[in-house]
Amino acid sequence: MNNRPGFWRATFAVARKDLLTEWRSREAFSAMLVFALLVIFIFNFALELKPAARTEISAGVLWVTLCFAGSLGLNRAWAVEKDRGCLDGLLLAPVDRAALYFGKLFSGWLVLLTIAAILLPVYGLLYNQNLFLPGLIIVVVLGVEGYLAVGTLLAAMAVQVRSRDLLLPVLLFPVTLPALIAAVKASSAFLAGLPWTEVQPWFTLLLAFDLIFTVVAWLAFDIVMEE
Amino acid sequence: MNPIETDPGQKTQRWLDIAAALAVSGALAAVIFYAPREATMGAVQKIFYFHLAAAWAGMISFLMAAIAGGLYLVQRQMRWDQLSLSAVEVGLVLMLMAIVGGSIWAKQAWNTWWTWDPRLTTVTIMELVYLAYFMLRQGVDDPERRARFGAVYAGVGFLSVPLMYLSIHLYRTIHPLLLGNAGEPGMLLAPRMTQTLLISLAAFSVLLAALLYRRLRLARLGDVLDALRQQEE
Repeated sequence: MNNRPGFWRATFAVARKDLLTEWRSREAFSAMLVFALLVIFIFNFALELKPAARTEISAGVLWVTLCFAGSLGLNRAWAVEKDRGCLDGLLLAPVDRAALYFGKLFSGWLVLLTIAAILLPVYGLLYNQNLFLPGLIIVVVLGVEGYLAVGTLLAAMAVQVRSRDLLLPVLLFPVTLPALIAAVKASSAFLAGLPWTEVQPWFTLLLAFDLIFTVVAWLAFDIVMEE
Repeated sequence: MNPIETDPGQKTQRWLDIAAALAVSGALAAVIFYAPREATMGAVQKIFYFHLAAAWAGMISFLMAAIAGGLYLVQRQMRWDQLSLSAVEVGLVLMLMAIVGGSIWAKQAWNTWWTWDPRLTTVTIMELVYLAYFMLRQGVDDPERRARFGAVYAGVGFLSVPLMYLSIHLYRTIHPLLLGNAGEPGMLLAPRMTQTLLISLAAFSVLLAALLYRRLRLARLGDVLDALRQQEE
């Protein structure tokens, strides 16, 4: 009989394993969070965020912060597997490799969204701006997905390369830029309270990029993970 | 080993070099002497012929890199990887020529070296993607894995180029205070200009072939050298 676990079960198992180890150590999470907060403070001094300028810049600051924090997390997610030899175990598991990809993507997504869930109110508090807009939250959820969809693939590649932690941002940032632009524009449109007709093209574009990036990364993942 | 055996392409290379040298100098002569002086911009407009030709050849080269990468993943033959790598390298140089030439032209025409026009921005980010491609390759020792990763990244990178153009274009059209479509080369009025442009395009296509062939030969010889070294050990 076929004893292979189903795709969803395997995906869920990988994500659960990642989240559990993260919950126990909180290594990546705390580093990402502190780093994200620091980036926001650095922006405050670097850009001299005055009240008038803030509303326009907020979306950009938030997304740059999320991308930086995200690249830390991506590096970490695969480095632990590689360093402690878990990667071989994962690859030997009799499951579809796609389950590995989607499991990693899902756990990374949850972690980065948790960071965002702390970051948004803190930013709102520090700059006296209401960031709890349903539209903005949906854009964050979608934008983080698009970023991590490519990120998970490229990080899996970078971890097998000599100078991996140096390399990942260099590989990742130019490729994910289209999704980032769409996310920034959709966010700032929501923040500025523009009507839906203004937001809609960016929102649709972001959705399309999410879809394209996820499908391409999923297809390429098998090739990257060949041994 | 007989050098001809390991490097059968020497003769083809010589012909390609001669053809490229003739074609490019012919095109240069056409640009200088044959093409008319543009009324408003003057001599600097002549940059445009080589600028467009270099960008065209560079784009073809990047397209070839992506296709060769895909073929490598299907057939797993090193020659496709060699072609992909060579095409990226040649494309990078040609695109840089297009950017630098365009920048000099822009200084005269727009009175600025640089604008954040969608085309300029996309092309420059594309250069960065392919620079990252080289860094990725340098970090991998195993040739099979290097080829595999290179093919994946060349594919993902090439795919992101049209997406990038789309979002930057949309970005700029929503903000009409920028130059918009000022870079539109809509000044090909005289038939002599069109002819010169076609000559330049042809010349750069030959140049692309010559450079690509040379780089491909180098890659092949490098692999032969590696094999010989391993034999001696």
